[in-house]
Amino acid sequence: MDSEKFQKQDKQQEDLDNWKKWPIINFITKTLVITELEIRKLKHDPTELISRVIQPIMWLLIFGEVLAHARAIPTGHMSYLAFMAPGVLAQSVLFVSIFYGIAVIWERDLGIVYKFLSSPAPRTSLVLGKAISAGIRGFSQAIIVYILALLLKIPLNLNIWALLGVLIFILLGAIIFSTFSLIIACIVKVRERFMGIGQLLTMPLFFASNAIYPIAIMPRWLQIFSHVNPLTYEIDAIRHLMVLNAPSVYGLGKDFGVLLLASIIIVWIGSKIYPNIAT
Amino acid sequence: MIILQTEQLTKQFGKLIAVNHVDISVQRGEIFGLLGPNGAGKTTMLKMFTTLLSPSFGTVKISGFDIVKQPNKVRQIIGYVPQMLSADGTLTGYENLLIFAKIYDLPAKTREKRIWELLELMNLKDSANFLVRTYSGGMIRRLEIAQSLLHQPHILFLDEPTVGLDPIARQTVWDRIIHLSKEYDLTIILTTHYMEEAENLCTHLAIMHLGKVVAQGTQKELKKSAGDPDMSMDKVFSHYAGAEIEIGGNIHGLREISETRQTARRLG
Ligand SMILES: Nc1ncnc2c1ncn2[C@@H]1O[C@H](COP(=O)(O)OP(=O)(O)OP(=O)(O)O)[C@@H](O)[C@H]1O
Ligand SMILES: [Mg+2]
Repeated sequence: MDSEKFQKQDKQQEDLDNWKKWPIINFITKTLVITELEIRKLKHDPTELISRVIQPIMWLLIFGEVLAHARAIPTGHMSYLAFMAPGVLAQSVLFVSIFYGIAVIWERDLGIVYKFLSSPAPRTSLVLGKAISAGIRGFSQAIIVYILALLLKIPLNLNIWALLGVLIFILLGAIIFSTFSLIIACIVKVRERFMGIGQLLTMPLFFASNAIYPIAIMPRWLQIFSHVNPLTYEIDAIRHLMVLNAPSVYGLGKDFGVLLLASIIIVWIGSKIYPNIAT
Repeated sequence: MIILQTEQLTKQFGKLIAVNHVDISVQRGEIFGLLGPNGAGKTTMLKMFTTLLSPSFGTVKISGFDIVKQPNKVRQIIGYVPQMLSADGTLTGYENLLIFAKIYDLPAKTREKRIWELLELMNLKDSANFLVRTYSGGMIRRLEIAQSLLHQPHILFLDEPTVGLDPIARQTVWDRIIHLSKEYDLTIILTTHYMEEAENLCTHLAIMHLGKVVAQGTQKELKKSAGDPDMSMDKVFSHYAGAEIEIGGNIHGLREISETRQTARRLG
């Protein structure tokens, strides 16, 4: 190997590749590299995905069936199971995402994080790349919930655009909550402390949303909290796109706008705080 | 040519001064060792050099770039191997290199060639497609060094490169480091608390103790300034950092060390 020769080759290549230097292109390619890294990990060890089958099954088959029989919750013309299936899907994605903070702390303890942070990759890419991979893990949850829903004879909208829409909203939800988790991890830095806080946050997010009951039946104070909870908008959109004839309370446009804005803000905050993990 | 220079470099964690007004300069092509006991501040120094921590006070310039004002310039010309064995165990050796090749924008055309050359250089060709979690400590270290070389850095930072390795693995890592220095004229800054490593590997040394650099120079210079050109490095080390530090010695900084030590004792 001749390092001089290499450098010369690189110089020529550099001129050809100058467009790659544009910040936006650089940002996108680096983000995708980080996502690729996570996908490669998943490919080597998909067992993690399989172990996540259990939770949605429990919620739909046990909790869902029982409440459906009790007819305790008013869900309009929709059956209770049809109402809650999208909620269970969003919840599974939430759990996948909240796990990301632990992974970040783990990577810090192993030292992996230091190598990424000492590289020129944009910090935003490091954060967003991971967040997107949370979305991809979330897609596997969608497959599980759709299969369960079909078995339970829930009337699903299997139109390709509706399916694609569901994936987009899963992705946005995963970006928001995995980055939220990353931010907390960067603040607490210790795994045990994170575990407690992670639990503490997931449950309120879930219960203060329209996942398993409509917001209309909540007490007033909880309604207020639900309206600033991104999970509410994620579920509203997924419900409309997933279940045939399910109405959207806020409208897809508003759901999308709220989630996109929340994603941008939280990823921006995440990229500012992520370097703290190395200290 | 000076490639790295610090001025009054200081890092404080609350009340603890982990790195205390350090001035060092490293010339191109040196294997520069930061030698010091646990807690001396070696890792903290490297974290500042690699833009992971910002100094509380003072400056660092690498190839003329300021680590605080031009971190992205610095990041493009440095390679870093952290103290822990930190290659990703859930990926193969090849994938570990591939991801970083992409992070560092190696052109797709030459990427494969470069990766396999480095695997060859680090004697890892045969295990390239195994998951890294099946690697031995020495193999992981060599993989990490390969990873840090992908983008042809001007300067390589190795934090305790052979800690936890058996003697044979340590020897191979030493051998690779010397090879890199000789063949590619690469500047290497490494930390260690193994006297043997400092002696066998480093052309230049800075002895660190409680956040201060108490002496620096070639081994010869250090021995001479410690008073005896035939002294073993062990003796040199304990001369500068050991228990019997004489207050008022002629070496710059010794007085402050013994003062810090007394403070440390009071606090502890
Ligand atoms: N993030 C931090 N917060 C508070 N104190 C820290 C932090 N990082 C390091 N320290 C302290 O700074 C001092 C120097 O630590 P450092 O890790 O740089 O030492 P070292 O020379 O690398 O030691 P070792 O040989 O154990 O790796 C130690 O007392 C350590 O406890
Ligand atoms: Mg250290």
